[in-house]
Amino acid sequence: MIVLEDLSFRYPGSSFGMAFPSLRIERGAKVAVIGPSGAGKTTLLKLIAGILKPDAGSVRVEDTPVSTLSEGERRNFRISRIGFIFQELELLDYLNVFDNILHPYRINRVLKLDRQVREKARELAEQTGLADKLRRMPRELSQGERQRAAVCRALLTEPGLMLADEATGNLDPANKLRVIELLIGAAERRHATLLAVTHDHELLPLFDRVIDIRQAR
Amino acid sequence: MRHDFYLAWRYLRHHRTRTLILILCLSLIASLPLCLHRVLDAGEYWMTKRAEATPLLIGARGSAVDLTLGALYFAEGEVPAISMREADRVAATGWADPLPVYARFRVRGLPLVGVTLDYFDFRKLNPAQGELPALLGDCVLGADAAERLSLGPGDTLASASGNAFDLAGTYPLKLHVTGVLAKSHAPDDQAVFVDLQTAWVIDGLGHGHAEAQAAASAPDAPFGPATVRRADAGLLTYTEITPENLSSFHFHGDPATYPISAIIALPHDVRSATLLRGRYLDDSAGTAIVRPLEVTRGLLQNIFRVGALFDGILVLVGGAALVLFSLVFALSLRLRQREIETIYLLGCARLTVARLLLAEILLIVLLSGAVCAAVLYASRPFASELARFFILS
Repeated sequence: MIVLEDLSFRYPGSSFGMAFPSLRIERGAKVAVIGPSGAGKTTLLKLIAGILKPDAGSVRVEDTPVSTLSEGERRNFRISRIGFIFQELELLDYLNVFDNILHPYRINRVLKLDRQVREKARELAEQTGLADKLRRMPRELSQGERQRAAVCRALLTEPGLMLADEATGNLDPANKLRVIELLIGAAERRHATLLAVTHDHELLPLFDRVIDIRQAR
Repeated sequence: MRHDFYLAWRYLRHHRTRTLILILCLSLIASLPLCLHRVLDAGEYWMTKRAEATPLLIGARGSAVDLTLGALYFAEGEVPAISMREADRVAATGWADPLPVYARFRVRGLPLVGVTLDYFDFRKLNPAQGELPALLGDCVLGADAAERLSLGPGDTLASASGNAFDLAGTYPLKLHVTGVLAKSHAPDDQAVFVDLQTAWVIDGLGHGHAEAQAAASAPDAPFGPATVRRADAGLLTYTEITPENLSSFHFHGDPATYPISAIIALPHDVRSATLLRGRYLDDSAGTAIVRPLEVTRGLLQNIFRVGALFDGILVLVGGAALVLFSLVFALSLRLRQREIETIYLLGCARLTVARLLLAEILLIVLLSGAVCAAVLYASRPFASELARFFILS
């Protein structure tokens, strides 16, 4: 469960502040976040993930009071409990697909990379149609394949919360649908919560709930 | 840490051209001064060892360095000759044993050195194959010379003609290789040794030829018909000394006037050495005596001074290169800002990012070190050769 209470945030040096009303999202819910550009959709996800710290209010994910954690604790929480599929989180060009999927395990000691994890990475690649492309470099993949690899990377830690920010932004309709179905399917299988920012209104019927950030402000 | 190095390795491998350039630059900066020192050390050892083993050297007055380099290390460049009489004078003092050395000629780029058999005893040179030269026209090869010429006992080797424009006709002499010396790690390894008399034959001071033929009788001779013997350009001069023509070889003039490059003087004791040195104090005399160790040390000091200057320049260049590398690295960090942001967002600590970058630097330094070590290792067999080349050329 995600609980936001009287959340407000202002970027340093900016006069533009954002306030989010209290919000409760049940575990396992698949929620679409919509709203105009600049409304604070990405900021909301970053506050939930602990990337940003709110000026006021609180964020709680399950039993973790994210907004009161130290930076190190938020980092460990992020890498072990949250799956990110952000557009800006590109695959690293010097790692092949397999190493990109395993990447979170190589950059934080909280996660232990072992044979089971590698096997799980292969399974995820199999499920997302990337099994034969694990040794390929990102530049050798299509946009859709890269996004699917990023999804695998996000799912590998079996997160209880998946945050997707414009995960389908640059994709063609077929790939959009495939990626969203992939995320929803993964969330259902793990009983994970999915919070996805999207501009594609045709995808909204696939979600349990839609939060319009404009309404929320 | 294992993962840091793995990721760093993948990054460096992906940008292999950039990495290779960095590694080559770093290893070059590190290996140049090290190689230079290795060469200088090898040169110092090689030269000092030789000089220490040679107590005194007598030669024409002039450059002590040229005399020492020519007579001890058989460096190229002709040393003014002295006469064989000087060796007799040294022997007559009873203070030292003289070992005459005549190192004027070269054969296929290698020094051809005329010595007496005592020289081989003095330098502890023993044949690894065959035997020492016993007859006129025989030669024995140093270990490296034999390898370079691909010759062994039983082969022949033609000496170079002293002067192509020598109208008197100093012909190349076909030398018989009687042996190959065991490796001594000294300049003797690169030399071709002949007996002193063979060197003089090559110098044109001795020769062998066929009997001059009797010419037709001269009927109009003032005192009646006479038989004359003609020894003109048609006279056959031997270019190889064989058992058949050995007896025809002869020398003209007083052997005491024959040239030698230097005399290695082996004093019987310190007092004898001092007395002998005193004999050569007269500046107006045509000969001088030197202590090779002093001359060599003086020469090495100059070389090391140049080496130190080179070191200083390399430190400056290295410093400038390191500043440049730092700048390149800082710029590459700006280019990688997006990548760094990505891994930070994924949950990587800033310290881990720094560790990843440090691992990259460490790998580059390690690889540069490995290349540097390989260059140093590969240069090891050539250090002595290079020292010889740079110091003696």
